[in-house]
Amino acid sequence: MRGFGEQLTGQSLCRACLATPVATVQCPVCHAPQILRHPELFSLAIAHVDCDAFFASVEKARRPDLADTPVIVGGGTRGVVTTACYIARLSGVRSAMPMFKARKLCPDAVVIRPDMAAYAAAARQIRAMMARLTPLMQPLSVDEAVLDLSGTQALHGMPPAAVLARFAREVEAQMGVTVSIGLAGNRLLAKLAAGRDKPRGFAVLGSEAAQVLACEPVGILPGVGPVQERRLGKLGLTRVGQLQALDDRQARAMLGDDGPSLVRRARGQDARLVDTGGLAKSISAENTFAADLTDHADLERQLWRLTERLASRLRDQGFSACGVVLKLKTARFATRTRTVRLPQPSVLPDTLFEAARRLLAREADGTAFRLIGIGAAGLAPLSAADAGDLADPDAGRRRARQGAIDGLRARFGATVIGRGRGL
Amino acid sequence: MKLKADRATLLKALGHIQSVAEKRNTIPILANVLIAVRDGRLAFTATDMEIAVVEDVAATTTRNGATTAPAATIYDIVRKLPDGAEVELDHPGGDAQLALRAGRFATSLLVLPVEDFPSMTAGQLPHRFHLPALTLRGLIDRTRFAISTEETRYYLNGIYLHAVESDGHRRLRAVATDGHRLARVEEDLPEGAGAMPGVIVPRKTVAELRKLLDEASGSVEVGLSDTRIQFTVGPITLTSKLIDGTFPEYDRVIPRDNDKVLRVGKKDFAEAVARVAAISSERSRPVKLALQKDLLTLSAASPDQGTAVEELDGDRVQYAAGPLEIGFQARYLNDITDQITEQVEFRFADGSAPTIVRDSADESALYVLMPMRV
Repeated sequence: MRGFGEQLTGQSLCRACLATPVATVQCPVCHAPQILRHPELFSLAIAHVDCDAFFASVEKARRPDLADTPVIVGGGTRGVVTTACYIARLSGVRSAMPMFKARKLCPDAVVIRPDMAAYAAAARQIRAMMARLTPLMQPLSVDEAVLDLSGTQALHGMPPAAVLARFAREVEAQMGVTVSIGLAGNRLLAKLAAGRDKPRGFAVLGSEAAQVLACEPVGILPGVGPVQERRLGKLGLTRVGQLQALDDRQARAMLGDDGPSLVRRARGQDARLVDTGGLAKSISAENTFAADLTDHADLERQLWRLTERLASRLRDQGFSACGVVLKLKTARFATRTRTVRLPQPSVLPDTLFEAARRLLAREADGTAFRLIGIGAAGLAPLSAADAGDLADPDAGRRRARQGAIDGLRARFGATVIGRGRGL
Repeated sequence: MKLKADRATLLKALGHIQSVAEKRNTIPILANVLIAVRDGRLAFTATDMEIAVVEDVAATTTRNGATTAPAATIYDIVRKLPDGAEVELDHPGGDAQLALRAGRFATSLLVLPVEDFPSMTAGQLPHRFHLPALTLRGLIDRTRFAISTEETRYYLNGIYLHAVESDGHRRLRAVATDGHRLARVEEDLPEGAGAMPGVIVPRKTVAELRKLLDEASGSVEVGLSDTRIQFTVGPITLTSKLIDGTFPEYDRVIPRDNDKVLRVGKKDFAEAVARVAAISSERSRPVKLALQKDLLTLSAASPDQGTAVEELDGDRVQYAAGPLEIGFQARYLNDITDQITEQVEFRFADGSAPTIVRDSADESALYVLMPMRV
């Protein structure tokens, strides 16, 4: 295991041949230098799996002649890099970089237009492979998922760490895509671990996590984007360790209502469960863009389309939304979620959109986003939705209008009618 | 800048100012009060960039000039000075500290430059009128309880002030609603308000203004444009931004055909509601009203505490229509009855439709209440 210093103590495992225990730096069985070593290696069970340069890897897998060539996926309408393979990254090419700049940095690169259908198909196959490891698998985006492998040791006959090492090997062999895995005791640490050893990585964060994170810049914490990082910097908080030292009261006084939760994240605490969505605890719709979006109007257009999708999913499943959660992922992979409660449950796209666009307006500050999503925050029965109240004399009219749109779509297909704002 | 003023005068003025100054120090200077002596006159200013309050203060001034210092700290110090003390404020200019002296007490306060203090200009205020302080107080008190706090419908977070034609009379109307209840109060339209646009006055502005009205008698000058409103109450000028949004067409939710009329004494009714609701452990404290001819039965039930019932009979209620059952939140009933002097008049349609509530003796106020399932 790279990154945390080589210590020859603790539980160990060869990532290549799954031999265990291994006391040396090189595996005595297969001689691969890929030894995982951590005191809690066999007891941690939450894994974050992230495909390395996913789009570029898929392209390389179907064109083996490109294996050793720098590959950039991008271009398209906005002319920016969507994904650069690790060879191209050596020349300094990065996601979201304008294509002309990327070409200048890496003139040998083969530029390929994104083929989202192919990537989605590859992602489905990888997801199916994950689903064989545990039923508690939650996809986070097209190339990322979190898995809870607790209690699967008897089933697999090996601890989660070994199951994951085998999975990484299989994905690479079958799909030609390498993955980076973070193994930890909760979702937050698993995500941070996955980012520590990319590409083709496997990193473990156990009870030493808080100590390890202490020296890192605050920007590594999910939800701390450049703006928040600057804000924290002004308060003299640049390292995660400084956040860890705050108590709840100080955190609230210095950082506002979100302060205590930020401090918990800094300490590596996270109580979120892996949510498979199977029980309809949440209903949402999200979209990862072919190229990062910065423009407020572009983001709103995407948001409207997703809102319509969310509304129809809610109706189909017999629910309405008590609130709206807006999810954004920045080009730097920081996730922001913002929630607002609705005055009453709703399934009307207009109502859901009005609430979500106000949340979006506060976030669309020129930051580049790679993903936007909208979900229901709390579910109520469909029958309780959009009754209207004293401040909403138009509820009946909006309900009728949506009913007419739904009727037309049921007869003639979803594209027969739409709002201007979706164009 | 140099001046002397007596403690009581300063304390009163700072009291008006310091609640406007921003306590959360996102922008430090907003926590400060601007103290300015110009042409021998002293004025205090505080702003949170939404509201600005300027107050002329009686003082003996010896040197012009201005600075800004923490409002809460100065207020606290002045409050703790002995009654009758004479307070001296002395600032030589620039970033020098502000000296505050009273008797043998002296303090030096760090200041922030006047140039950085945000000025909130009212701009052109094409509509100007006068309202008696008492009238303005009535408009506020009878509507503010219904102001919404919800984020999504931000345009409900204030009182909608607008001119209407009602029964052939020109009226100034104040309306607030949170969706569950609506309060509509009207007064004669003052001269100069005829062409005023409908404006939504934010909740915080309403609260600050209401405090100023506590001590005011006589008339308040109101100036407004599409984006700003300004109230001049004696030596104090409060300028506020308005909520940029469209208030719902509330007229359409006010029922016209509610014909089941209940009249009940305010005191009898409010006390019965309070007693019956005491049993309820839910936050919304639902109270059920069951009506028969000249009989009102109030009841509440709590799954873990039991039930409570109180009857008000023909001596105290008048009701001639058919039997009816309807439920309301106790707090919503109380908020309305608090504003009624003697007798409450309910007008029902049925057990699930909006209900009208009025003061039998006062046509100027009308309340609408959504029932809840009980």
